[in-house]
Amino acid sequence: MSTRNTIRLLFLALAVGAALVASIAFGAADLPLGDVVEALRGGGEETTRTIVVDLRLPRGVLALLVGGALALAGAVYQALLRNPLAEPFLLGVSGGAAIGAVTAVVLGWNLIASWSLPLAAFVGALFAIALVLYIASRAGRSLDTRVLLLTGVVIGTFFNAAILLMLSFAPAETFRSAVFWMMGSLAAADWPAVLVLAGYLVPAMIALLLMARPLNLLAMGEETALYLGTRVERVKLAAYVIASLLVAAAVAVSGVIGFVGLVIPHAIRLAWGSDHQLLLPASVLAGGGFLLLADAVARTAAAPTELPVGVITALIGVPLFVVLLVRRAV
Amino acid sequence: MSETPVFETQELLYTYPSAARPALAGVSLRVDRGALYAVIGPNGSGKSTLLKLLLGALMAESGSVGYSGRPLGDWSRRSLAQEIGVVPQGEEVAFPVTVREMVEMGRYPHLGLLGRPGATDRDAIDEAMTRCDVLEFADRPISSLSGGERQRALIARALAQQPGALVLDEPTVSLDIRHEMEIFELLAHLTSVDGKTVVLVTHHLNLAARYAGRLLLLDEGAPVAEGTPSEVLTRETVERVYRWPVVVGVHGGPGRDAGTPQIVPLASQDQRSST
Repeated sequence: MSTRNTIRLLFLALAVGAALVASIAFGAADLPLGDVVEALRGGGEETTRTIVVDLRLPRGVLALLVGGALALAGAVYQALLRNPLAEPFLLGVSGGAAIGAVTAVVLGWNLIASWSLPLAAFVGALFAIALVLYIASRAGRSLDTRVLLLTGVVIGTFFNAAILLMLSFAPAETFRSAVFWMMGSLAAADWPAVLVLAGYLVPAMIALLLMARPLNLLAMGEETALYLGTRVERVKLAAYVIASLLVAAAVAVSGVIGFVGLVIPHAIRLAWGSDHQLLLPASVLAGGGFLLLADAVARTAAAPTELPVGVITALIGVPLFVVLLVRRAV
Repeated sequence: MSETPVFETQELLYTYPSAARPALAGVSLRVDRGALYAVIGPNGSGKSTLLKLLLGALMAESGSVGYSGRPLGDWSRRSLAQEIGVVPQGEEVAFPVTVREMVEMGRYPHLGLLGRPGATDRDAIDEAMTRCDVLEFADRPISSLSGGERQRALIARALAQQPGALVLDEPTVSLDIRHEMEIFELLAHLTSVDGKTVVLVTHHLNLAARYAGRLLLLDEGAPVAEGTPSEVLTRETVERVYRWPVVVGVHGGPGRDAGTPQIVPLASQDQRSST
């Protein structure tokens, strides 16, 4: 890592840290920044400390984890599929998760135990990954990324049709809660959930960050990657499976939060170039920071009503991205 | 007395999936250290397929490929990449990458996943970029380069690998005279001065005749002739393989390549007068 890139990452990490503290200050009860810092250090009033440490901090950490995982998975998919339009939900993982979640909602499991919904969503996502991989590998001896892309898209479409079919027989209230789940929310954050998720996401993220150089080569083409020492089939399989497992967990806890995984990697590319050694860690930080801010807006803009965070990410992100794109093109 | 060859193949046979006939059959070759070896032949004669088999990108149905005295399968991809630099044809980058970033990738085989680039790596990158004359546009994206600049950048990446052998698939396609000559001069220098081994596929019979020590002429996947330029590029052989009338002259010099055969394809008027 060059000195310049190290400085860029440090700058980004500081900005994300500042955003975390600031996002904790915003909410149904606005807190002065001084009190937030005091509470984080273990002092201050009891109620403030409860709001900060038990409610808003885990939610902020969850936003960082989910946003970072989605942006990282998006960057990896884009390199793997050599397609700038690739995003975490392109290959049917979200469809599988939604099948699981909607099944749980329709059957009322989520009323029995709150963890059954994310678990069902996770199982659905794993099923989708396995199905796509199975079909794609049956279509040829090696993992052809074009076949993978097509398989993922059609499986996702099929799942979506199946969900609509299930929901068309469901009562209105079930329909509404399923749709809200699909629009994404970080409201389920508590420390046990965040810690379980972190224990799963962080190692997977590290595994993907270690693949920066092979992904640089894959972006140049599979033949070039081979000639520069990459075991192409192994790298493609590992990148696909690990990135998909990241998305599976993210979508299971927070629903389908669009846009982060598509646009954050492109924003980093426009600003700092396409070297995955910088792009991947920068996507984790920027994706996490972006979702943190979007969630702060979702919590506060129409308080006490919470807006779906997936709506906010697109509403804020699209104009920002257009500005970046236009400025770069001039 | 015979030294271990750099590349050696025995009776290679390869058929693409769902193809009716083999793309390559019965090709045996031997490339010695420090040689400049050119593979020539009409379009679709199996030249690129042969390179892919030499590099292990395709696996032969039968026959064998060896590098430096060991079967290709005994080499890990990474150790092969430390030994052989490749300039493939028609590489398309998916995302904007600068020339310097691309040349740096030539060091990956030496660095592995996490190795930090050191002084050796920086020197290799600088030297490769200097030799290929790409320093002035080092920070431009590959997509903004002209054909000649792009080709030089690809060769610079291969040289940054500090390989013992270079394999190039039509490295001078779409280049003007000067850039084409510069690349052939560079390859000649790499073999004669640095002792590297070069295998290239080219359509430029006359440049192949002037620069390569040995030629392999392929037609419809089969070897037609192998040997020095004067042995391979006879009027009878070239006319038969390319199905076009030619005259074969001799390069009159000046220069060290005086005496090599030079092919002139005849225009239709000349054909009438010659028959």
